[in-house]
Order: sequence, then C-alpha cells, then structure tokens
Amino acid sequence: MNNSKINRIKDLIFQYVGIICTFLGLIVLSILLFNIVKEGFLRIDWDFLTSLPSRKADKAGIFTAWIGSIWILVFTFLVSVPLGVSAGIYLEEYNSNSKLSSLLELNISNLAGVPSVIYGLLGLEIFVRGFSLGSSVLAGSFTLGLLILPIIIVATREALKAVPQSLRAASFALGATKWQTISYQVLPASFGGILTGVILAISRAVGETAPLIVVGALAYVPFTPQNPMDEFTVLPIQIFNWVSRPQAEFSVNAAAAIIILLLITFVMNGIAVYFRNRWQKKINW
Amino acid sequence: MKNKEYFIELLLKFSALITILTTISILWVLLSESFSFFKEVSLIEFFTDTQWTPLFANKHFGILPLISGTLLTTLVAILVALPVGITIAIYLSQYAPKRFKQVIKPLLEVLAAVPTVVYGFFALMVVTPFLQNIIPSMSGFNSLSAGIVMGIMIIPFISSLSEDALSAVPKSLKEASYAMGATRFQTSFKVMVPAASSGIIVSVILAFSRAIGETMIVAIAAGQQPRLTLNPLVPVETITAYIVQVCLGDVPHGSLEYKTIFAAGITLFVFTFILNNISFWIRKRFREQYE
Repeated sequence: MNNSKINRIKDLIFQYVGIICTFLGLIVLSILLFNIVKEGFLRIDWDFLTSLPSRKADKAGIFTAWIGSIWILVFTFLVSVPLGVSAGIYLEEYNSNSKLSSLLELNISNLAGVPSVIYGLLGLEIFVRGFSLGSSVLAGSFTLGLLILPIIIVATREALKAVPQSLRAASFALGATKWQTISYQVLPASFGGILTGVILAISRAVGETAPLIVVGALAYVPFTPQNPMDEFTVLPIQIFNWVSRPQAEFSVNAAAAIIILLLITFVMNGIAVYFRNRWQKKINW
Repeated sequence: MKNKEYFIELLLKFSALITILTTISILWVLLSESFSFFKEVSLIEFFTDTQWTPLFANKHFGILPLISGTLLTTLVAILVALPVGITIAIYLSQYAPKRFKQVIKPLLEVLAAVPTVVYGFFALMVVTPFLQNIIPSMSGFNSLSAGIVMGIMIIPFISSLSEDALSAVPKSLKEASYAMGATRFQTSFKVMVPAASSGIIVSVILAFSRAIGETMIVAIAAGQQPRLTLNPLVPVETITAYIVQVCLGDVPHGSLEYKTIFAAGITLFVFTFILNNISFWIRKRFREQYE
C-alpha cells in the first residue's frame, strides 16, 4: 500500500468518525427524552397539574410550581427586557465615548461568564437582605433578570447591527431626530431579532434552578403567590426536590414534571427559531 | 425637543451603567462577606487544610476538597466534550454538505438549551445505573456520570464556536492545500485547525469555564461529600454543589457557616473570571490574523 492510499483511507475513516460524533449528542438526547417520557408520561393527568405538593408521591402535583414559574417568568421579563434593550440601544446607537464603550463591552462579556450560582449569592445579599424583599417572587425575578441581562443586551446589539446605515441616513435626511430615527425606523426593523433574543433569554430563565435555591425559594410552598412579595417555588426546584428523594415514586413525579418543563422550553425555543427564520426571510436589505 | 432627546439618552445610558453596577455589587458582596470569613479562618488553613467540614461539630475549612471535586467533574466533562466537539466542528466545516450542516447545527444547540436539572436527573437515574453494570464498584453518586453528562451538555459550546472559527479561515488556504494534492483529512489537521487554533482554544476555555460553574448536574449526581480524591467513582462535592447544599439547609444569617458560601463563591468567581479573561485576551490578540 502506498502513501496516497493510506491517506485516502485515513480520510474515509475520519469521515465516519465525524458522522458518529455528530449524531452522538443527538442519540444521547433521544435516550434522555425516551427515558423521561417512558418513566413520567403516564403520571401526567389533570390532577397532577392542579394538585398542591404533598408528602405522598401519588397525591403530589405541580400546581404551585408551574404557577410560580409563570410569576417568575412575567416579572423577570418586566425587569430584564426594558433594561437590556435600552442598554443594547445605548451601546449600539449612542455610545461615542470609546473608552466607556470598551469598558462596558468587557464588563458585559464578563457578566455573561459569571456562574449562575454567583448571581444567587448576589440576589441573597442585595435583594433578599439589602432591599428586605425576603425570598419573594420579586427577589427571584430581580436575580434572574440580572442573570439574563447580558444575553438580551448582546441579542439586541446583534439585531441593531443588522439594520443598514442607509436607513438611518435616510431618516436623518428627512429631518428626524436621533430618537425618532431609532423609535420609528431602527427598532421596528430590528424587532424580530430582538424578540428572538428575548424569548431565548426568558426560556433560559425558566430552566434556572441554582440561583433561585440560593435566594431561598422553597420546594414546599402550599399556596400559589398572590402578589410579588409572596414566597414561591418553581418547576425546576420542584423537580430537584423530587429527584433528591430516595423513593422511586418521587422520581416518577420528577420525570412527569420534567416533561412539562421540557415542553415549555422547547416550545419557547421553537417560537424563537420561527421568528428568526420569518424575520430573515421578510427583510432582504 | 432637545430636552426630550437628552433625557432619553440619559435613560439609555443609565440602563447600560446598570451592568457596571451589577459587577460592582457582585464583587462587593463576595469580598465583604469573605473578608469577615477570613477574619475567623486563616488563609493558610483555607488553602492547605485537606478537609472541608463547616457543617459538622469538628469544623475544618480547607477548600481543597471542593476544588478537587470541581476540577475532577470538569476534567471528565472536557475529556468527553473536547474530542467530540472538535471532531463535529471539523466534520461540519470540511466534510458535511451545506444543507446537512444547516439542519444539524440548531439541533445540536438544543443540547445546550435543556435545563440542567433535567441533565441531573438523567445522570443520576439513567447514566449511573448503566455505568454500574460495567463498573459494579461505582457508588450511586460519583463524578464520572455527572462529568460525562456535563460533557454532553457543553458539546455545542465547543462545536459551534470551533466551527465558526474554522469557517472563518480564508478559502484560499484550503484551496492551496487541495491543489497540493492533500486529502480533506490532511487539509483539516495540517492547515485548517492550526489556522483556526485561537478560535478553537477560546471555545474550549469558555466550555471549561461553563463546566466549572455548572451547578445542578453535580448537585444531583456527584454527591455532597467533600473529598480530596482523583477517583471518579466515589461521591465528591463541588464548590457549586456546596453552596446549594448550605442554601437548602437552615443556616442562620451572619454565622460562620453562612459566610463559608461566600468564601466558596469567591473562589469559584476567581476561577471563571481568570478563564474568561484569558479567552477575551486570546480573541483580541489573534483576531486580525488574516486581514
């Protein structure tokens, strides 16, 4: 066998290794989904969705957990989206001071790399104790809001960058002010991209567990929150609680709750991908 | 009109400055609480004692077992994700048809979108029992299955960023290599990977930093026993899992036990901060290689 043949065989072998590796992750994902559905699917019924937590596995439900997740989702949205989009607009459209801008950029990249559990410690000291919010929906939402802020800022900037300069120039030429240009031209044109980023960031917040445990969200809350100052639990914490119990019946509950959590995550990601594709198709600069 | 414009700009600037305020708050929280921790526990004990037992009667405050637990799970994760992730990146950028790549890349990114508590369940309930069939001596909580599952989770971090780096290499390099009669395999490893090395290294560092800070998988599947060991078959505890363990319990505010989570937190923060900034530096230093 000559060198050229050996090289061709190596090339072919690597091609197959590549295919195997590419599908490895997807195969593991399928095994994960299969096991969870097999274990938990039959546990899901109306009672499971509308029952309060309980010491008895077959009576326990996820009512407080998913209602809590919706509370957290709404308030995290209210905290992070206005701040994140505004910061993104400032960095992309206004910031002329290059020193401040490079400081802000480095800072945001660093914040994106801070582990989520550290945000929990921040929330525990600043919001739970400093602002005396206690382990409330509000304290949890502020914490998660700061956690996903870098994601929203980066997504907003990417979307604004995709709007061509000629659009801004045309608006200025017609005598519009800077803010008029941004609010009437640039923001509507980049809406799809910003929305995609926001949905992805919020879906990340729905799955977060560690920071909420650190700010003191409890697994056992026998009531749903009535106002933002109430204590709460969320789906991932309920799952964590059930997973940590040794009895097998609770792991069935955990699997059932995971199906609901994954459903929420995948639907949100699907919507985000849909918006991204639609937005990319519609606008051809 | 002019006032309104000015006011809006101020409002937007304020929003951007919130991010600086967040960083300052994180540093302040971690530093102030650990400062009062280190008034009671010496730095020498913190870094040299080989036991971490703040919640027991006989208290030891050596961070080494938590660091070793963190690095052990991270190492397993990287050993899984590094070869697989880079192979995927090379395959997608050099071998796969364009259409295939467009379908497979978003699918791979689903791996990173699955909530980590779900991976924890998977590691504990599926991977550990499976591995116990092969290695019967393996304990129910261990760093091996937690690490493997964490590795699967971070595959898309490495594969996506490395693939971007490989695709950014100018086409002329690839074509020159083919013109010399090189195979795709030779071109990939002798030309493309070296040319994209800075981007690939950045992706690996970011995945490493992500694995160090990962919490729920290790809290569920790796156990809660701080132990200075390199054996991946026994229960360990990571820095992140310790913080979660303390927060689930009833530790009074202001006590020394309470302060330990901030001392552990700042150790974790220093690790990820250094790794992230090395990656920023590499990216900045080697960005304009081909322009």
